Amino acid sequence: MAADGTLVAGAPAAAGSGRANTMQRFARQRSTIAFLMALPLIALIGGLVVYPAGYAMWLSTLNRRMTANIGLGNFEILLESDTFWMVIMQSCIFAVGAVIAKALIGFWLAHMLHHIPAKGQRKWRGMLLIPWVIPPALSTLGWWWMFDPSYSSINWLLNIFAVPAVPWLGEPWWARFSVILVNVWYGSPFFMIMYLAALKSVPDQLYEAAAIDGATGWQGLRYVTLPMMQNIISITVLFSLIVTFANYDIVRVLTNGGPRDLTQVFASYAFQVGILSGNLPRGAAVSLFMFPVLAVFAYFILRGINRRNKEQM
Amino acid sequence: MAQVHLRKVVKEYEGGVQAVKGIDLDIADHEFVVLVGPSGCGKSTTLRMIAGLEEISGGEIDIGGTVVNDVPPRDRDIAMVFQNYALYPHMTVYDNMAFGLTLRKFDKGEIKRRVENAAKILDIGMLLDRKPKALSGGQRQRVAMGRAIVRDPKVFLFDEPLSNLDAKLRVQMRTEIKKVHQTVRTTTVYVTHDQVEAMTLADRVVVMNHGKIEQVGPPQELYHHPKTRFVAGFIGSPSMNFIPARLEETSGGLVVRMTDRAVLPVPASRTARYAPHVGRDLLFGIRPEHLTEPHPNEHRPNIAHFEAAPEVVEPMGMETLLHFWVEGHEICARFDPAVEVAPGRPAAMAVDMDQMHMIDPKTDLVL
Repeated sequence: MAADGTLVAGAPAAAGSGRANTMQRFARQRSTIAFLMALPLIALIGGLVVYPAGYAMWLSTLNRRMTANIGLGNFEILLESDTFWMVIMQSCIFAVGAVIAKALIGFWLAHMLHHIPAKGQRKWRGMLLIPWVIPPALSTLGWWWMFDPSYSSINWLLNIFAVPAVPWLGEPWWARFSVILVNVWYGSPFFMIMYLAALKSVPDQLYEAAAIDGATGWQGLRYVTLPMMQNIISITVLFSLIVTFANYDIVRVLTNGGPRDLTQVFASYAFQVGILSGNLPRGAAVSLFMFPVLAVFAYFILRGINRRNKEQM
Repeated sequence: MAQVHLRKVVKEYEGGVQAVKGIDLDIADHEFVVLVGPSGCGKSTTLRMIAGLEEISGGEIDIGGTVVNDVPPRDRDIAMVFQNYALYPHMTVYDNMAFGLTLRKFDKGEIKRRVENAAKILDIGMLLDRKPKALSGGQRQRVAMGRAIVRDPKVFLFDEPLSNLDAKLRVQMRTEIKKVHQTVRTTTVYVTHDQVEAMTLADRVVVMNHGKIEQVGPPQELYHHPKTRFVAGFIGSPSMNFIPARLEETSGGLVVRMTDRAVLPVPASRTARYAPHVGRDLLFGIRPEHLTEPHPNEHRPNIAHFEAAPEVVEPMGMETLLHFWVEGHEICARFDPAVEVAPGRPAAMAVDMDQMHMIDPKTDLVL
């Protein structure tokens, strides 16, 4: 043992054990250990995300029988198809409309909840979270019954107030509205819970300081609450955009893309083309179209978050 | 600038718990008043009621001649400095200070002039473009004060503004606050639990306990003439010693008998005051600084002597604190550091009886 406490190997053994020592040192490095511990997750993500994504890319370059590579042929056909352009438009209306509505309603609910005394708050929070915890396929089935042309309970209620029956799923714009409505009903609690957490993280003293500085309730919201929540709002919106864009179950259960493909979104259309019509490569090409659209959204939102983080340093 | 009057102010929470039990307080224009007391004594609640952040359950608060009970904080023309500064993290220092003026639709030039003036007073001119995150605790505190100064309000309210600072910075900022008040002369109500802060800053100190005002007065008056046992014990550090003692009459005058070995003569000037209490069991109160080593050529009148062996000796540098026990009561004495003392070794002590207090244990009032 040397004076500094390190083990000194004998001279003849030194050359042979050199490589082993290097390996041991490598294995003991924090980064190596961290990598090894993260490996199962990396493998999982690789298996469940990277591989299917890569496979979809490869698939999208094949012909219908999957016997020949046709390059970007599938994409070219899609871009020339009016139906596909309609799907792009509908996906954008669906995702943007639903996310804006969810964000506004979620914010409003969070604000209401935040001002309920702590004792009753838990009860309300639990109840308001219910739409989000019910499997969407099941709850959409419930909505489907409520929208039913013959037995619609909503129409029955409207009739009481002498409002004529609405063709919820039969008329294109009403059908689009219904799909968005169900998505908003399902997704608002997520926004609510995220915004509630953000609201709770704003120190009360900031509101008190603003009140003394002369702010009205509205000005407090505008100058204190919103700027303090901006990052959470951005991240929630981005996350929800991604999930809403890729939404499949609501359209599938509620309208099945109808009437006449007028409520199809990317995921349901990809399923329609790839599975129901048996053209897997073109279905893969449809689903890949989501990627550039989302990448643009993500770029702008993340850039905003980064900028704000830097500014606050 | 304004006077502040509190009349029978009560704060009652749900369930009937009273945090403030009907206090009366008159604060003069330009005055620096410090509310001091232990946690839960109602001092912060009182301040928050003046600010309008807490509703008043009873009584009346008057700022500058207007009863403000139902006036929201923004219309009370007050400015407040919070314990954790409460700076808006997304705004620069300049915007933080200008926020109140912007909301009140001040002219941009006027806002700039006021912010720069306040920044000059507080020496934070070079920080105006920074965000609060990039500032130290002391700098944040200055910005919080700057935010109050720019408004030029009727009253400044400070809610334990130095509690989050380290000891050294606290002393520095204390001086700073005093300096600012001497410059701007705005009526100030300051809340702290630290009696040193209260003594050093205040024109008048308000000692609160259990939601009531125990005593109001200039710092020296509170120190020398406390009216209750609580004030006597709260003001001064280390705090006053209280020892059960019997007041007796002897041929030479009144004496305080703690034990058979410690019988201290009461100064003649106090005989008349204490005479009605002869024969009663009272509390003898003496501050550590009045329980010292005997001077070799003692010329002071009314010095009593006794001997005790300290169990703990604490050398503080500028003084040495001796702790000993009489009849199960801990007593602290304050010796000159030059005097050699050791734990367990009897030391001669001198009590300045002119500084003694007698307290009625039944009423807790100082006699």
